[in-house]
Amino acid sequence: MAAPLSVEVEFGGGAELLFDGVKKHQVTLPGQEEPWDIRNLLVWIKKNLLKERPELFIQGDSVRPGILVLVNDADWELLGELDYQLQDRDSILFISTLHGG
Amino acid sequence: MCQVGEDYGDPAPEGPPPPRPGRELKCVKCSEGLPVVVIRAGDAFCRDCFRAFYIHKFRAVLGKNRLIFPGEKVLLAWSGGPSSSSMVWQVLEGLSRDSAKRLRFVPGVVYVDGTCPVVSTRRLRRVAPRTWPYPILGSPVVMIPFCLHLEGAACGQSREDRAKTLSDVKRILQTLGFPWHVVTLEEVFALPPSVLRCSAPEPVGTVGTYKVAVDSFLQQQHTLEAEGVGDSPSSAQGEAQPSQPCTQDPQDLAEPPPAAQTEALSRLFDSVKTLTAKEELLQTLRTHLILHVARTHGYSKVMTGDSCTRLAIKLMTSLALGRGAFLAWDTGFSDERHGDVVVVRPMREHTLKEVAFYNRLFAVPSVFTPAIDTKAPEKASIHRLMEGFLLRLQAQFPSTVSTVYRTSEKLVKAPRDGCASGPRCLLCMCSLDVDTADSATAFGAQTQDFSQMQPPTPLAEAGAPTVPCRSAEVGRAPNCCQGTRPCRREDSRARVIKQLCYGCRVNMKDVPSLDPLPPYILAEAQLRSQRLSPEIQEYLLENSDDKAHTSGSGAWGPPEQEGKDGQTVCDCINKNIFN
Repeated sequence: MAAPLSVEVEFGGGAELLFDGVKKHQVTLPGQEEPWDIRNLLVWIKKNLLKERPELFIQGDSVRPGILVLVNDADWELLGELDYQLQDRDSILFISTLHGG
Repeated sequence: MCQVGEDYGDPAPEGPPPPRPGRELKCVKCSEGLPVVVIRAGDAFCRDCFRAFYIHKFRAVLGKNRLIFPGEKVLLAWSGGPSSSSMVWQVLEGLSRDSAKRLRFVPGVVYVDGTCPVVSTRRLRRVAPRTWPYPILGSPVVMIPFCLHLEGAACGQSREDRAKTLSDVKRILQTLGFPWHVVTLEEVFALPPSVLRCSAPEPVGTVGTYKVAVDSFLQQQHTLEAEGVGDSPSSAQGEAQPSQPCTQDPQDLAEPPPAAQTEALSRLFDSVKTLTAKEELLQTLRTHLILHVARTHGYSKVMTGDSCTRLAIKLMTSLALGRGAFLAWDTGFSDERHGDVVVVRPMREHTLKEVAFYNRLFAVPSVFTPAIDTKAPEKASIHRLMEGFLLRLQAQFPSTVSTVYRTSEKLVKAPRDGCASGPRCLLCMCSLDVDTADSATAFGAQTQDFSQMQPPTPLAEAGAPTVPCRSAEVGRAPNCCQGTRPCRREDSRARVIKQLCYGCRVNMKDVPSLDPLPPYILAEAQLRSQRLSPEIQEYLLENSDDKAHTSGSGAWGPPEQEGKDGQTVCDCINKNIFN
């Protein structure tokens, strides 16, 4: 049984448009059976935070190609990508690189 | 020598500290630091090594190509987005380094503002179902994906949003300390036709010349420092003095552009049928505007922030759009098609991931504004489709983008035989890749379709539906149909189409009427056709002409021409065979 977690979810690079323009979200993830990992977090975000056009953010069970994920300012590839287990007070940042310029 | 009982000092050190959870790797470069980012396939860099790597790449690209001479004025095209912001920041950092490694050119920044007042909701509902296939949302500000910070034809941003964006932009520009120029996209309606003309290029320096220039610059620098002039010569050469960082009257920025121009811009973009054509048109207009600013203020180089990923996408998209002949110019490091102003792309070796990480880790300011294709579905335009395709492929095969990019590096800018100084496309200013004499080929036949359909005339003996009266190819006499029907509009459209390259012609297919185009384009088209037509008249009257310029005779034109009408008939028949 995973305890409730308090994490900060941030969106940048244009991804915030899908979340009503709000960049930073302080969320409290409810306690649940399985431990919280990025995979579950994405499902949770899709259900609770994403306001529109889910296909522009999520593809399958991962993020759409072109969206970077940083956990505590580090590349999620170093941490196991979707399998990284969230910890309390983590900061997860989603940056869309698709808005070039 | 060892001795029994000797004390060897400290006890043996303990084992290495336990690795941090999830980060067993070390930085591949320094083998010490904690890695924060993975570049390419599996290279983990720590923060400092990443920074050094990033900056080094930028300097290496500039140094390798040796195009920017010391003291040269370079205009940085800043859109507010991450890549161009990163580029501007690199230049800023590069200029503040110690003298040996300092960047040696004189920068200025241009920002094209295109945000405009919100379009009326009535218009929204009319426009949206036709153009945008996804459901309309409540807030028009978020929904209309037209406006780009740069070019904001029919933009959905309200005045307040626009003012806020502009104030953010100004704040950043003021911290830079370079001369800056903010232009609105509406100013395309005030551009002179001369912007479409290729000016004589400045003499290109060879490597030897570059070295000589650098050496003399350094010598000058030392001399000035020795004489105690004070700061580096770069400030004496006209780099922004702190007293006048902005080259524009602040009052100009406070006023929005005239409503008539905004309206005209909205009309133009509303009339374009597909998003692909809109994006291409936007790109063209923006290029012209930046070119104009560069020429007006004496900049000989323009730097754009195209990243590696963007260029790979652009390469594939250009192929799909029929711009294959110009890939080397569109995606290469330097683009000399404009003659006196050369466009360079110093960010072309940085991927979007590296740019995003750098901007985040080192707090590079950027301003986000929705673009014309924001939130557009995947198949809304060729650009979006290609972007989605490449990025998805990249996720599975991490060398995709770099492979495509390396291909672009191998493209050579070789002019076609005998066409080095030939006519240029009206819009993109590349050498025309359309062979006007080649009417017998499938290509020649295909381009007939760009004329508007009209009922057949008696001249179409082969019975084909389309009449080559509005033929864009051959230089026909203006009155070939003997005035049997009024075709002035088709004439003027045909006149413009004739002066475009294949890619631009494909684009113009989606622009039903050329009237909303900015006047400088139509004026230049008129000027060029007037310049051409006397020559054509001249050729048409001559018999058994072996000149390559003879329009329309090509491989089919028999030497025994019967004058204007005969040739026209011949060409009509020739074309109809292929229709």
